[in-house]
Amino acid sequence: MKEVINLPVKNVEEEEYHINMGPQHPSTHGVLRLVVSLQGEIVKSLKPHCGYIHRGIEKMCEKDTYPQIIHLTDRMDYLSAHINNHAVCLLVENALEVDVPERVKYIRTIVDELNRIASHQLWWCSFGMDMGGLTCYFYGLRDREKILDIFEESFGSRLLHSYYTPGGLMMDIHPNFQKNVKDFLKYFRRKIKDYDNILTGNIIMQERTKGVGILSKEDAISYGVTGPSGRASGFACDVRKHHPYGVYDKADFKEILGTEGDTFTRYMMRMHEMRESMKIIEQLIDNIPAGDYTAKMKAVLKLPAGEYYQRVEAARGELGVYCVSDGNKTPYRMKFRSPNFSNLSALDHMSRGVKIADLVAIGGSLDYVIPDIDR
Amino acid sequence: MDNAALKERILGLVPDAEFQENKQFLTFIIPPAKMHDLALSLKAEADLAFDFLFCLTAVDMVKFLEVVYHLESTTHKHQLVLKARTEDRVSGAVDTVCDIWKTAELHEREAYDLMGIRFNNHPDLRRFFLEEGWVGHPLRKDYVDEVNIVEL
Repeated sequence: MKEVINLPVKNVEEEEYHINMGPQHPSTHGVLRLVVSLQGEIVKSLKPHCGYIHRGIEKMCEKDTYPQIIHLTDRMDYLSAHINNHAVCLLVENALEVDVPERVKYIRTIVDELNRIASHQLWWCSFGMDMGGLTCYFYGLRDREKILDIFEESFGSRLLHSYYTPGGLMMDIHPNFQKNVKDFLKYFRRKIKDYDNILTGNIIMQERTKGVGILSKEDAISYGVTGPSGRASGFACDVRKHHPYGVYDKADFKEILGTEGDTFTRYMMRMHEMRESMKIIEQLIDNIPAGDYTAKMKAVLKLPAGEYYQRVEAARGELGVYCVSDGNKTPYRMKFRSPNFSNLSALDHMSRGVKIADLVAIGGSLDYVIPDIDR
Repeated sequence: MDNAALKERILGLVPDAEFQENKQFLTFIIPPAKMHDLALSLKAEADLAFDFLFCLTAVDMVKFLEVVYHLESTTHKHQLVLKARTEDRVSGAVDTVCDIWKTAELHEREAYDLMGIRFNNHPDLRRFFLEEGWVGHPLRKDYVDEVNIVEL
């Protein structure tokens, strides 16, 4: 007869224990590992472990010329690839004091905003999926496909475009571009109402997100949480408003600020932002001036010795590029201040005391893209 | 506060701060020992109110290492760049500012990991991207790694 072994039963409600969330967890949207310290199912603290997709982009930049660096920035936050390109282009143009044609500024602003909408669509579908609503995933991807089709027609690629070059654009827009964008806006104005019907008004979703993961305005500023997540806490951090680039100063749009700073407000910020982006595109799309699609640039770009900093508003927040040049054709030091990196630092603070299922919702509302954290 | 007034104000707080010419931002080189006290007053005093540290990074200047702080005030909208230089590449250390701006905690860990700058009083100064036990700091100019870095 077998001997029955009585294992000691631990009371998990009282004892603190650690679990690894990731690196292969679906809700981390990439290879991020969170070591979560739990008591029962209450999160006590968490520590992010990064570097699974660290490629040393900053080190690589030191070997590359400025036009080559553009291709690396695509691969940081791949969902706002155009906006990342824009940051490096503006940095080089400002350093060389190049006058970029108006046409280029208009096209860049429109494409940036299309990119922002596409990014928020993907965020919306994955956020819905994190909360258990798989339908969202199909709706969001279906509409994002329309934007990717426009990108493919004009720039030849769907995700990593490298469409901007220092001084202008790689090529002119496709003759159908304006028509297709207008068609898309007409289509998406109708479809975004479905988004609200499916998810925003859903009582289960609201119950799970309202009052969860609150970040105060002071903390948002201190942690450097920018973008829609920062604005949900009332932190006026829209680079497009405060340090305009492109033709944002000619477009009429609102910087929407939240007050609650909880997961639901962060959700609403992005829903509002999609509508604001559409408003910006509508104002610009018919007014693209004629002209060259690139300024005349030298074959080899050498930035004068000195330091340069350029900030742009990526889909997840403020992207900063800091460049130290020693006068050569490659930078001496290149630093990317990525929005996700700073946003991640607040995750520990926001998720203390919530249930582990809410941690998934908070993470979804921060919308992190891991390659942008690790670089 | 405009840059001229801000310059007077910073020099009043730290008389031996060295002004550095920069087209974009008002830039100062601060002795590392005075960095933490200056940071405290920059955030606390109402007319300065630098509450947003929007970038913290490090640069290898070969003879020494340099920590660069980009600061902004969300109320007054003025900006400032501070630099703290370590004495040499080996023993230099800078006081942490993560008790003042919480975002600095991860940024300093990154700077420690990739550039090898030690931050005094940092609560959790470990490598961030690379694994524990990695030899060297990749962003330094003299870093040689024959296995992981492909020379073109």
